[in-house]
Amino acid sequence: MTTERTNAAGQPVHSLTDRTSLVVSAHDAGKIFREKKTSVTALCSLSLDVPAGSMTAFVGPDGAGKTTFLRMICGLLAPTSGTLLVLGLNVADHAAEIQSRISYMPQRFGLYEDLSVMENMNLYADLHGIPGPARKERFARLLDMTDLARFTARPAGKLSGGMKQKLALACTLVRSPELLLLDEPSVGVDPLSRRELWAIITKMVQEEHLSVIVSTAYMDEAERCDNVVVMHEGSILAQGSPEELRKLTQGLCHATSVPVGMKARHLQAWLLDQPSLIMDAVPEGSHVRFVLPPEHGRNGIPQELISPCSGNIHLKVEDCTGVTPRLEDSFMFLLRHRQASAESSGAEEKILSPSQDTTIPDALPDVKTAPFSPRTEDGQQNSKEAVIEVRDLVRKFGSFTAVASTSFSVYRGEVFGLLGPNGAGKTTTFRMLCGLLPATSGYLRVAGENLRTAAAQARTRVGYVSQKFSLYGNLSVLENLHFFGGVYGIGPFALRRRIREVLEEFDLTGHEHDISGAMPGGFKQRLSMAVGMLHKPEILFLDEPTSGIDPLARRVFWRRITTLSDEGTTIIITTHFMEEAEYCDRMLIQDAGQVLALGTPDDVRRQGGSAPTMEEAFIHIVESSRAARAAAKEGA
Amino acid sequence: MHDILLLLRRLRSLCIKELLIIFKDPANRLVLIVPVVIQSFIFGYAATYDLNYVPYVVCDQSRSTLSRDLVARLDGSQKFSRQATLESTAEAEEWIYDGRALLAVQIGSDFADRILSGRNANVQIILDGRNSTTASIAQGYVSQIVEAWNSGLGHKSPVTIDVRAWFNPQLETRWNIMPGMLASLSIIQIMLLAALSVAREREQGTFDQMLVTPLSPWEILIGKAIPPVVVGLAQAALVLLVCLFWFDIPFAGSYVDLFVALGVFTLSCAGLGLCVSAISLNMQQALVYCFVTLLPMVLLSGLATPVSSMPEAMQIATYANPLRFALVCVRSVYLEGGTLSDIAPNFIPMLAVAAVTLPLAGWLFRNRLS
Amino acid sequence: MNGFLRRLGALTVKELRQISRDPSSIMIGLVLPIILILIFGYGLSLDVKNVPMAVVMEHDTPLVRDLLSGLNGSAYFSPRHASSMHEAEELLRKREVDAILRTGSDFDSRFMKGDAKVQLILHGVDSTTATLIGQYTSALLSLRVQTNLDRQGLSADSGKGTGSAVVQSRMWFNEAADSTWYLVPGLIVIIMTLVGAFLTALIMAREWERGTLEALFVSPVGRTEILLSKIIPYFLLGMAGLLLCLAAARWLFAVPLRGSLTIFLLSSSLYLVVSLGMGLAISSVTRSQFLSCQIALVVSFLPAVILSGFLFDLRSVPLAARIVGNILPATYYMEMLKTLFLAGNNPVILLRDAAALLVYAVLFMGVAIRFTRKNLD
Repeated sequence: MTTERTNAAGQPVHSLTDRTSLVVSAHDAGKIFREKKTSVTALCSLSLDVPAGSMTAFVGPDGAGKTTFLRMICGLLAPTSGTLLVLGLNVADHAAEIQSRISYMPQRFGLYEDLSVMENMNLYADLHGIPGPARKERFARLLDMTDLARFTARPAGKLSGGMKQKLALACTLVRSPELLLLDEPSVGVDPLSRRELWAIITKMVQEEHLSVIVSTAYMDEAERCDNVVVMHEGSILAQGSPEELRKLTQGLCHATSVPVGMKARHLQAWLLDQPSLIMDAVPEGSHVRFVLPPEHGRNGIPQELISPCSGNIHLKVEDCTGVTPRLEDSFMFLLRHRQASAESSGAEEKILSPSQDTTIPDALPDVKTAPFSPRTEDGQQNSKEAVIEVRDLVRKFGSFTAVASTSFSVYRGEVFGLLGPNGAGKTTTFRMLCGLLPATSGYLRVAGENLRTAAAQARTRVGYVSQKFSLYGNLSVLENLHFFGGVYGIGPFALRRRIREVLEEFDLTGHEHDISGAMPGGFKQRLSMAVGMLHKPEILFLDEPTSGIDPLARRVFWRRITTLSDEGTTIIITTHFMEEAEYCDRMLIQDAGQVLALGTPDDVRRQGGSAPTMEEAFIHIVESSRAARAAAKEGA
Repeated sequence: MHDILLLLRRLRSLCIKELLIIFKDPANRLVLIVPVVIQSFIFGYAATYDLNYVPYVVCDQSRSTLSRDLVARLDGSQKFSRQATLESTAEAEEWIYDGRALLAVQIGSDFADRILSGRNANVQIILDGRNSTTASIAQGYVSQIVEAWNSGLGHKSPVTIDVRAWFNPQLETRWNIMPGMLASLSIIQIMLLAALSVAREREQGTFDQMLVTPLSPWEILIGKAIPPVVVGLAQAALVLLVCLFWFDIPFAGSYVDLFVALGVFTLSCAGLGLCVSAISLNMQQALVYCFVTLLPMVLLSGLATPVSSMPEAMQIATYANPLRFALVCVRSVYLEGGTLSDIAPNFIPMLAVAAVTLPLAGWLFRNRLS
Repeated sequence: MNGFLRRLGALTVKELRQISRDPSSIMIGLVLPIILILIFGYGLSLDVKNVPMAVVMEHDTPLVRDLLSGLNGSAYFSPRHASSMHEAEELLRKREVDAILRTGSDFDSRFMKGDAKVQLILHGVDSTTATLIGQYTSALLSLRVQTNLDRQGLSADSGKGTGSAVVQSRMWFNEAADSTWYLVPGLIVIIMTLVGAFLTALIMAREWERGTLEALFVSPVGRTEILLSKIIPYFLLGMAGLLLCLAAARWLFAVPLRGSLTIFLLSSSLYLVVSLGMGLAISSVTRSQFLSCQIALVVSFLPAVILSGFLFDLRSVPLAARIVGNILPATYYMEMLKTLFLAGNNPVILLRDAAALLVYAVLFMGVAIRFTRKNLD
């Protein structure tokens, strides 16, 4: 199978390809949504060829048009301009035929929650007309791959998030389609399930030569594909093989070890605060990885980073080593570059400065902080005051133990990660801490009180940002802020002042009157944070705040967390991006209600067989505990 | 003092938010106002047992001056409209059968002879009993007319009945139904709004966000109860305007008393709605449960059929139905000019419903979650 | 074709499973009909029975007693004596009685002179009851007066002078004028509307809201199959409710079914298809549960109660309301049912109404198909 490459800069290289060997061929395809008065351009004249038998990934920030394009490919939305051929057929005229030949797994897959796993699969098999013997064979294979064989009688609504996604994939794959479309299949899925999910996809591609198009926020997933399409604001920023895209940042990627007594996130924050010198920085292992802009990076580490004119942080040349680029580096590079050129097309020639342009939702905004002057680790050690104490916490649902005898403490100003696979009990722990769920037994103190039983006033000391957007979608930004400010009892004048502050802090100024539910995901996430921080809580609970968010927006998010934590806010966070655990001071890994690991990222990595990345360490820890449990069961 | 200030501030924010959520959506606004107005017009015109159009056929075999005179009396009344004059009873029966006439008058061939010879003569009427209430009323009209005709012949009965109706001199159904609509139309919206308010927040995940704020379950309860009550009272006021200025139904009591009664009523409805809301897991269930409770409540309220003609057991069951007592209160204030002291006993069952449902809802808010 | 049936079968089985597991469908499909049957059969009645009435005899004479004795024997009234008009008015005001019947102190002497008066004061708030009380009272009274005159030889029917006309009425179809007989057919209309329009609108809107349709759309399933798979299970559910009502009508309330059972079932199926179509049309246009529910309530359910001629006779209604009533499919079904139950197979009415329902069925199904396009634009 020959795959047609394109040049990295973006435009497809049109060659004498046979049109029918292209599963998708878009030519100037555009999509404009028309509401009553306004019209929103979701896609602007997109041209793209996807060859058969390949895996293609769509990556890009929120609102880039990935989902719209996928829906157009499967005929759910009609292009408003240009042509779009799928399997050689024009989508506009042959939607029904295309739909019977492709499979599509939407972001929010419509599993029937009151039907069992088997009933869901049978429904889709019936719809696709899979005959009895073939079905039996296929189901056996799918159930084996998804590891759902034990749960066939369980209602889909009672499965964990990861299992639901696997079931959705199984339903999508009841037959071998000519083209498989997956819209963010791994959002909200833990690393283990994610790996399993991708194992299924890869296996299917190998065995059945499927053509796959997947949209994703995970760059490591995109890296597995033959072809990556970077989208931004409805157009294609770049496309090519991962290798070609990685070449963009060849020689620009470096890693530095973190000086003793300094936190990786502080070094990273400092680097990110030098936007003219640094394209991207991210903590990794016990290092901080950073990408230099081409104009500086070709000549090695810029002098300004080694001997800065102010501040007490600087890089040492001997600590830095060049590293091989990853797709994420190039992705960040492309987005920052785009951002810069969008600005420079305005007036002055300013390269890669922090964005003032709020129309680009995921631009790094000015994070309003004083220049860095971090306290030393020792200073914090001294003021070690436990704000959260949990001892022997147990929560049972009927006979099922969701959280078994868990103990840990969180100290003031710490960033504390709560990690674990789907269904491990971390959400249950989280909800008990917030007082949303009573504990079955055990000792639980948050800011000195049990929030479940304490006076309502005690809850002013915590802030909460839930997993999915849970503010009032039909109210405007300002109305939401006014409501929450009011219920936290902030006086009218103080509230007005505070709202101005958070609007600025979370880069929402100018959007006060937007309807919050209609804003892009990045805005919603910032608004949720703004609401969580409105009353300046001592402790901030964040439940998977970065789920489904692209790397650029995640950098901004974590840069804020670093600032908040330096201001003394204690932060409890859950995440499925294991590399984000690197930002935490300490973390807890749970599985099946048990505590598997508790300690600093370095501790956890060591426990995980000294794995180079957090993800590998995590998988190692969870799998070895599961194996131990299985062995214990067999022994008994 | 400071605590009370904080409490009020929280409640204020909560109420503003609830009202914003209801009124922000233009479709919602429309749904809350337009159907109520349209319904009060439709009900005002259509919900009537008054019969002022009786299509009938005549089969006059007597063909005498007397019989023609009698028929002329019928035609002369505003209510009767002759559809046809027929030859045979069989034909008349067909008209009834096909529903083209509500009644058939048949006058036998010996009618005049019998009357003139001083004997009584029968006037046969056949009624379409498919709606027996209408038929009974039509029958009454005929009897009255024939009675009057008889007295014209000099057969004045030694006894005349002098009928007077209090509170509704013309005995118009509209006077009965429309004030009832003040309460009945608003209960539907109050229940739906209250039932959806928590279910919606739960489905959209905003309820958790609210539970981690310093709001206590009580405050959430009050915040959730006030907006439906406000909307319900506003709708009642809308219907009141229609009653007063479009249908010209005279208002006998005091507006303050009326709204005090409606306030108590809407509070108990909000309690019921919030209970439904707290029990249901999602919006669909909330809607269905709401409907399942609403329908019997409206039917057994005495809105269209009097409570007193229900069987004993059902009458006792209606004590749990706030709408029943609301109707009594509203009609009493509106038509009879009842004062607070007159209607106060009716508050007890309504307040009892509120006193049970509101705390129950408050308890369910927090304990249903897990 | 084979594929069509197979897919339809799969979707229908799925829908039936969901119904059996969702308490709310069972609630609307079966529990609510049972509640309504009991309420309509036992609770609602427009018949006047045992009306409390205060009787004030200012002068208690045998004649007065004789004339008023008709009240005691009647099932309509339960009279109680009040010593004074003041007391009686107090009772009326407190609504302990619904009417006051008063005879003056000089009743006997005036009766002899032929101009005696009986005063009847009605509590007019329940106007229908009041009207009926007035009619029944005067009928009872004139009957007693007549017998009284007969006994005294003063009757008109004695061959002297002129006679008088006597109304003899026959109530066809519902000889005992029992309101249950027309409420129960009305109930069937309500239940069919509820299951058809209300429940289906909710269920279909739920699929739109939860996004389950997006995955279904990208499969060989056509919109006809999707719609049919909604129609079939709810059709069955509606028919179950119908049979429940029919059984209750037959054995619980002894309402006769004078027409043919086959025609009854056929016409009910037709109406069920109409209301299912209405529900599907509403939900496919709004795609939201709250709006679907509200619209289904306003356009199908409430008018089915008020404007279809179920409780109120459409003939007395102003033209505009009558036109609205005649637009509603429920009106035609109501007429068919009343005819079938009480009057029998009347081809004129049945054919005309069936034709009207057929038009609606085609119309609503057309709208539903038109708006259930397999795209998300």
